Amino acid sequence: MSLQGPIATHRMRTGIPTGRLAVWWGLASEIFIFGGLIMCFLLFKFNNAPGFEDADMTSTAAGAFNTFVLLTSSLSIVLAHAAAEKGDIQASFRYIWFTIGGGLVFLLVKTYEYSSKIYGGITLTENVFWSFYFTATGLHALHVIGGMVIMGMISFDVRKNHNLQRVELIGLYWHFVDIVWIFLFPILYIANF
Amino acid sequence: MSEAHAHPNYIKIWFWLLILLAISVAGPMLEIPWVTVVTAFGIAAVKTFMVAAKFMHLQFEKKIIWYLLIICVTFLGVFYFGVAADIMNSSGQQWKDCIADNTCIEQRL
Repeated sequence: MSLQGPIATHRMRTGIPTGRLAVWWGLASEIFIFGGLIMCFLLFKFNNAPGFEDADMTSTAAGAFNTFVLLTSSLSIVLAHAAAEKGDIQASFRYIWFTIGGGLVFLLVKTYEYSSKIYGGITLTENVFWSFYFTATGLHALHVIGGMVIMGMISFDVRKNHNLQRVELIGLYWHFVDIVWIFLFPILYIANF
Repeated sequence: MSEAHAHPNYIKIWFWLLILLAISVAGPMLEIPWVTVVTAFGIAAVKTFMVAAKFMHLQFEKKIIWYLLIICVTFLGVFYFGVAADIMNSSGQQWKDCIADNTCIEQRL
């Protein structure tokens, strides 16, 4: 395996390979992006801004199904990492593409939700709740698309037995995307508290 | 590649995550506010911990990553409570609460 090749795998000042440390730094910046959005949502919510009762109009079934899909894709990408560590590159390749498939299913459900809302006359400017809904879920969907593209690129390297450490790195990113959804799901779909 | 450590039973963790998902969906159906908060947000926190610790291998990670994440979450708290003092206060003079009367968006259009 080409585990010792790239500098990202063996140069380390902190005891953590540089590539993985860089991903954690990237995720730290993402915490502020999504965390800031969620904090703003809560500020509006606790200030009794009108429109938040519209949370009843989102489809809990669609949101729960998408949570199931992302949790399952998180499982498959961590299994891809475990397979890569064992040197089973075929299994790793398959798990990566299973994960990409999960991302695709997620986006299809999201497209259905978006189109049903937009055709029903609900858009970004409807009220504060829908502004937040479209902004947060749209930004999250962009992250899903980005992750799928990167996974696709990595998968072909994996099949050639190159840069297997990248499976772990994209896995970290994908799990973070999953965690963001874990928080978006209750505030947008189920907890009209 | 990650340092050598035993991989946990990922299928088992995924199974528990699905059970927690089912509880978080069922809890708010009781329509009891505190049950909703606990099942929706408490379980979201537990699921986050499980994904981070087990799938992201945070439990095996160096302390510096823990410090990094704790600092991020702390600053989010500073942001929230720093801004909340102003946002939540609509009393006093020269105040126009465009959130309450839903005119914020119209003002920007």
